[in-house]
Amino acid sequence: MTPFLALVARDMRLATRAGGSAMLALAFFAAMAAIVPLGVGADLRLLARIAGGVLWVAAVLAALLSLDRLFQLDFDDGSLDAIALGPLSLESVSAAKILAHWLTTGLPLTLLSPVLALLFDLPAQGYVPLVVSLAVGTPSVSAIGAIGAGLTLAVRRGGLILPLLVMPLIVPAVIFGSGAVLAAIDGLPSAAMGLLAAFSLGAVLLSPFATAAALRLNLAA
Amino acid sequence: MFKYANPTRFMELSGLVLPWFAAAAAILIAAGLYLGFTAPPDYQQGDTVRIMFIHVPAATMAMAVYGLMALASLIGLVNRHPLADIAAREAAPLGALFTALALITGSLWGKPMWGTYWVWDARLTSFLILLFLYLGYIALWNAIEDETRAARAAAILALVGAVDVVIVKYSVEWWSTLHQGESIFRMGGPLIASVFLWPLFAMMLGYGFLFAALWIVRIRTEILNRRSRSLLRAGA
Repeated sequence: MTPFLALVARDMRLATRAGGSAMLALAFFAAMAAIVPLGVGADLRLLARIAGGVLWVAAVLAALLSLDRLFQLDFDDGSLDAIALGPLSLESVSAAKILAHWLTTGLPLTLLSPVLALLFDLPAQGYVPLVVSLAVGTPSVSAIGAIGAGLTLAVRRGGLILPLLVMPLIVPAVIFGSGAVLAAIDGLPSAAMGLLAAFSLGAVLLSPFATAAALRLNLAA
Repeated sequence: MFKYANPTRFMELSGLVLPWFAAAAAILIAAGLYLGFTAPPDYQQGDTVRIMFIHVPAATMAMAVYGLMALASLIGLVNRHPLADIAAREAAPLGALFTALALITGSLWGKPMWGTYWVWDARLTSFLILLFLYLGYIALWNAIEDETRAARAAAILALVGAVDVVIVKYSVEWWSTLHQGESIFRMGGPLIASVFLWPLFAMMLGYGFLFAALWIVRIRTEILNRRSRSLLRAGA
């Protein structure tokens, strides 16, 4: 097994076993989606229109919630130093961590989303765009979130500052993701999915470099 | 450029230009306000057009300051120069203030003109997100104790934000547009009557000098702060 895949597999094991954050993020996602109708009322026509937006926002929040653990535990117990000394560059380490985070949060959220969309009475033509947009878009959340997680490593209780840093950066994904679902419901042609894919690709491509720079400054001292 | 980046030389030089910048800001803003208040009311907007003289320069500065902050961050990151780090750090609260001023004056104008204080229009939304970017940047600086580490982290955030804010702007525009288009700097000359244009230019220049003066004061204060801290440490 290559070092890259070994790191991905290790992180996935850590996230899915006891004390891991994968199941928690999934439960949080479901709870967030369930509390919105209680707040805005049970009007199914309204819920159908906001389903895409609500599920997108909930997915972003759930991913953000699990992001502060991306490097923090490894940083605290010194494994990050050991990994940095290993054969992988910090850029590759960041990419592996982002991939593992997406496989344990973004992907399960995507797979759960159609079930939650049932609760919102999402019209039939909205399901495919919802799942595809989450599958295409959530990697950008993991990627941009990783930059924030790297930057806040040195911050005690970085959990609260992390969403503030990442939220403004992630806006395009939310706009295009929910826009794609809404356009599909209305039966309108839309460039949203393509723009979302472009944003996501760019984020995944560039984020490992920024994340590695953030890790480097925290490991230096 | 780096000849002037030595803190001692910077203190000398900035001390010399500071009074002139402050005076220029005061005169230009006073002139701009006078011209603005004596200009005739707009035939459509009435007296609310005067808000423009405070609103538009604030919005311009809000974006310009982010650019300067990102530039200073880049220099700080590449050349590891402490003065650039300080400059980036001290620009952020001023930029956040200009952004807030643009948002507040914008919504005060929006109430009589659009009938509501807030619309989820592209420019309003992207300025709100710009404000969050500034706040996140300031929060990150304050959250990390070690100065050089805080400077590096904040610089990376500023640069990532500079790339992202462009995408955010276009995505928000795609999402919704109600705000009027560019009417001053456009192909084929300005669309505004010159009686409104002069006070606007005076205010823009005035805001620029005001920012420069406040920025210099903040940088000088931080340099003096650091000196006094290191003197205290040396004495202890």
